[in-house]
Amino acid sequence: MPRPGFVLEVDRSTPPTLFWRGENFSLEKLPAGRSRVIYAPEPLPAIKDVDAAIRHALANPIDSDPLKALMFSGMKLTIAFDDISLPLPKMRRPDIRQRVIEAVLDTAAEVGVDDVHIIAALALHRRMTEDELRHALGDRVYDAFAPRGQLYQHDAEDPNGMTSLGQTPHGEDVEINKRAAESDLLVYVNINMVAMDGGWKSTATGLSSYRSLRHHHNVNTMRQSRSFMDQHRSELHHSNWRMGKVLKESGPRIFQIETTINTDTFPAPFEFLSKREWEWGAKERATYLATTKALNRTPVKLARKIFHSIESPHQMTSIQCGEVEAVHKITTENVWKQQLVEVKGQTDILTMGIPFISPYNVHSIMNPILVACMGLGYYFNMYKGKPLVREGGVVIMTHPTYPDFHPVHHPSYIDFFEQVLADTTDPAVIEAKYEKQFAEDEWYKHLYRTGYAYHGVHPFYMWYWASHAMAHLGRTIVVGGDPRAVRRLGFTPASTMSDAFEIAQDVVGPSPTVTHLHTPPLMVADVS
Amino acid sequence: MRALRIDRKVARFASARVAGMLAPGSGAKWGPLELDDVPAIALPGEDWVRIHPRLSGICGSDLSTVDGVSSRYFEPLVSFPFTPGHEVVADTDDGRRVVLEPVLGCVTRGIDPACPACARGELGNCERLAFGILDAGLQTGFCCDTGGGWGTEMVAHPSQLHDVPEDLSDEAAVMVEPAACAIHAALRVPITPGATVAVIGAGTLGLLTVAALRAFTPAGQIVTAARYPHQIRLAKELGASIVCESGELSRVVRRQTASMAYGDQLTGGADVVLDCVGDSATISGALQIVRPRGSVVVVGMPSSVKLELTTLWHRETSLVGAYAYGTEHLADGRTARTFDLAFSLVREARLERLVSVTYPLHQYEDAISHAANAGRRGAVKVAFDLRHDRKR
Repeated sequence: MPRPGFVLEVDRSTPPTLFWRGENFSLEKLPAGRSRVIYAPEPLPAIKDVDAAIRHALANPIDSDPLKALMFSGMKLTIAFDDISLPLPKMRRPDIRQRVIEAVLDTAAEVGVDDVHIIAALALHRRMTEDELRHALGDRVYDAFAPRGQLYQHDAEDPNGMTSLGQTPHGEDVEINKRAAESDLLVYVNINMVAMDGGWKSTATGLSSYRSLRHHHNVNTMRQSRSFMDQHRSELHHSNWRMGKVLKESGPRIFQIETTINTDTFPAPFEFLSKREWEWGAKERATYLATTKALNRTPVKLARKIFHSIESPHQMTSIQCGEVEAVHKITTENVWKQQLVEVKGQTDILTMGIPFISPYNVHSIMNPILVACMGLGYYFNMYKGKPLVREGGVVIMTHPTYPDFHPVHHPSYIDFFEQVLADTTDPAVIEAKYEKQFAEDEWYKHLYRTGYAYHGVHPFYMWYWASHAMAHLGRTIVVGGDPRAVRRLGFTPASTMSDAFEIAQDVVGPSPTVTHLHTPPLMVADVS
Repeated sequence: MRALRIDRKVARFASARVAGMLAPGSGAKWGPLELDDVPAIALPGEDWVRIHPRLSGICGSDLSTVDGVSSRYFEPLVSFPFTPGHEVVADTDDGRRVVLEPVLGCVTRGIDPACPACARGELGNCERLAFGILDAGLQTGFCCDTGGGWGTEMVAHPSQLHDVPEDLSDEAAVMVEPAACAIHAALRVPITPGATVAVIGAGTLGLLTVAALRAFTPAGQIVTAARYPHQIRLAKELGASIVCESGELSRVVRRQTASMAYGDQLTGGADVVLDCVGDSATISGALQIVRPRGSVVVVGMPSSVKLELTTLWHRETSLVGAYAYGTEHLADGRTARTFDLAFSLVREARLERLVSVTYPLHQYEDAISHAANAGRRGAVKVAFDLRHDRKR
């Protein structure tokens, strides 16, 4: 029976706490008597017979006829699936998407459906490489569909590839992939890693365009989402749900398949990352020492390569399918079951270790903007109720924050960092002054459509992701980060954790309370 | 009189070159530059006058000479021994305070009729720089017959002297000559209203070029590449729309001009690029970011450079030089002497703020080292201050 999440009060006997530092780790001593560490629940048990569970779910959907009953010969079937941003790190083969899509294709074959297209629902993310597609879908699916042009990636800038379905009562444009819109049935295959994913966000975001996305991927929406991990208090989700209503009324029939995975995140030799420090034995201590020492001597490029080659032992804990909202309700409950930790009260200082990976740098570089997004966008928002850190409090994160960018994946990020952030870090000013120019830049569009680049507007979204935290916090400190890059982000560099605590006291006063969000694995704090 | 002089000493030039390669500006210590008591210079003609420098700037071309890296092209255009210094504000014996226009054109050389360029008022293009009553020398500061600003006394033809208004400081006045160079560069090719102009380099010449572009052309976006924080601040203050680091310039120009790219070559680009550095990398970079049929103006003094000119051929780019000054034709149809425009620019843009530090003549090694490393050391213009020299 896995143990639930746990909040440890730090005292003098508490061993140092593990922090991610990009492609390395450190152990940091937190102040005794006023610090606490939040540990995630242990991984939930996996479903033993995954294929049977998938077949059962397809045959017994929620608020929908079985998948087979929705299919007929001569129909137009489109299967969309979550892209490379999920799960993190990539899961060991076979990926859940492969298993689910194979089952959907088997059902389609039984009914005699020939016109099947499979689309990576990547919204404005970069296109996936052939290797990445093969990893997610398996060789059988790839070889059967890709050569015939029936497996491809959503192109939000294809002038002939999008269909407008109208507007929400709030005036939000709803535009999705044309093939999906014109299909008799759209099957969406999702992996839910955090509560933000899934639901109407799958189709209304994954298969949409800048014209649609700008209605919910903006500063105002992000600031009004408290947090976007809590659908009912998330303006981001409200907008997606309004769009969902339009999709329901004017779009294709949608059969939503959502899966949840457990938090068994890292294989050997990195298991110690998920283990509570006071339970480390000689093996964990030795592995930690050996790993950090080796990584200290490893060139960053090689370290990145090593980390991005990790395949996670994540396993499926639930699958539900059918009507989008009914399905997503159960999915969210299952995600909470895995991730929710009750925490009493807010803290003055929230500490977090930023890892080598975020949803937007798989096989790539965690550039400074993504560091900001991971810390203030994702980890800060890992709450339900109220933020872990009080208003005017401080976030301390650990990451080297090299001013390195992947030139193929993140070209507009480079310009955003060099030009936009050099001018201002205020999300609202950035949105008003620069967003349109980047979003409509033909060069970025070209790289997005034909290369492997994130869309020109993507770094803006990453910055907006952090806008709620930026408005909430008194200061953000990065320990061990490149000082120039950290300052460019508008944050404060510190060389050690004790320096950071000292700097933080200028904002939160003496003897502040400290809370450390211990990752991996991921968790959501239910703050009372 | 006391003056710094450079004589034709091949071995010292060789040492300067080596020293300069190791540490810019150290040619002052190891090269042919020497501080000496020297005899007063004879007046080359009846109408010539003696002047006594108050401030004399250290220019990039001076630094190249001191470090022995000037092009051999100049050999027939200089005469030894000469006293460097051509950015000069000085006193005349009759109590006037003047700025020197250093080009030694036909009038100063007693050549009559003047060459076609001088006749047109294009002084910088004079075709008689090694002829007439003076020995060879493209400017005062490179000619053995005139002395230079790095000395307590020199000679000048009245046509070279411009009175300094009483309310203009010496620091402002010493910026007039480099400002004139920048104005000439800014006006060297036509700039249409709203044009995107890129300026490479934000040393003295780059900053002045930005100011000149903003003051005398209808340029729209002026994008400037700068390296140091003080240069970034000054470039913005002087009129640059966007200031970025050198490595970022191509990306900024691409974005500002909504251009695409083939590798490092932009498909479109800036209408005009002014290269205020003038080496292989910067000229090549300029060719990569200028639009087809656009113009690259080489403002910084180049030496031998290696260039890939296929782009110039394919995109029909104009590559033009910009040297010195003379007469300018403004966008509004007016014609004006560059120095007159320079006085106005210096005043309007408060260019005296670019004079970062002055040195007495005897600290010339420190002064030249400082000038050669100006950007890194937070400075822009370094000058000699001869106002308190006892030899005056």
